[in-house]
Amino acid sequence: MSGSLPGPAIIAAVKSAGVRFVMSVPDIVSSEGLLHPIARDPELRLIRVCKEDEAIGISAGLTACGQRSMLLIQHTGLLDSINALRAVAVEYSNPVCLMVGLLEKEPGVAPTKSGRYGVRIVEPILDAMGIAHHLLETEADVPIIPEAIGRAYSQSKPVVMMLGRRPTP
Amino acid sequence: MIKRDEGLKILARHIPDDIVVAVYSTAFDWVQVRPHALNYFAVGAMGLASSHGLGLALGRPDRRVIVLDGDGSLLMNLGSLVTIANAAPRNFFHFVCENGTYEANGDHPIPGRDRLSFAGIAREAGYAATHEFADIGIFEQQIGSVLGETGPVLIDLKLVPGTESPRDYRGLYAAERRATFRSALMQP
Repeated sequence: MSGSLPGPAIIAAVKSAGVRFVMSVPDIVSSEGLLHPIARDPELRLIRVCKEDEAIGISAGLTACGQRSMLLIQHTGLLDSINALRAVAVEYSNPVCLMVGLLEKEPGVAPTKSGRYGVRIVEPILDAMGIAHHLLETEADVPIIPEAIGRAYSQSKPVVMMLGRRPTP
Repeated sequence: MIKRDEGLKILARHIPDDIVVAVYSTAFDWVQVRPHALNYFAVGAMGLASSHGLGLALGRPDRRVIVLDGDGSLLMNLGSLVTIANAAPRNFFHFVCENGTYEANGDHPIPGRDRLSFAGIAREAGYAATHEFADIGIFEQQIGSVLGETGPVLIDLKLVPGTESPRDYRGLYAAERRATFRSALMQP
């Protein structure tokens, strides 16, 4: 599979879904294409967190106020936040939306076929937890974003959108 | 030291209709002291009360948000002090109910008991103001003024258990309570 993943299109899609807050721990996968532009975007409020599970609590608080948000993190942070996802997102039915960089996943290779153990286990873990997930590998996948976020909020369920390659600035 | 239920009764007189996030033993006492739709107990994972509170404070900057955190709980999420100070919500009041133990998990001491300073950590993290109270008379005298300050403010309460409240875990964490909170928050 070839192609690219344009960061501006991703950010536009996130905003079109009504997201106004982004909570993030920097990730080299999304740093140039997403996090730097988001930090400059006057329509988004970036909350820099020290650890990814903080952002799951922040997201729940914002949801209770009727505000939409998204986490922008690396898959290692997702793995570190499993208990918060279990409790806050799944058991308490919160629409926590996560955009997750798959560090060192080979572009065009399915996550479960990656040579990286940490990448291979992400989807099976999400399946075991009953959390919906989508792979964003090329520009053709970008329309998934507003659909997935909209579904998460309408159903009060979490969703993970995995970045299969580095978005371009 | 302040008896927890007595300290909470004093606090409740000053925050009749504010958003309150509370955890563990304090939550059980709080729901007896101030039963209210704007009580938020759905923290889910230990340590995340301050983070839920930050989300609420950012989402409703027009409302005062009170977090009744535990000392053991906050130790699990010390980084949140830095996150909160950086986000700088003016409506955020962070109480640490410091009893020095994991009371709900067998009364074991917290690491650093009698050595660490939550107020000191919060101050260095960048909170706008910090306070410590170990005397109920002084707390009663000053808490009204403290709640008028600009946040984020951390208030460390040196506590001992008071009269024990019923431990109704299912009731505290019921889905109906979460729904009630959300609809109450949506009221103008």
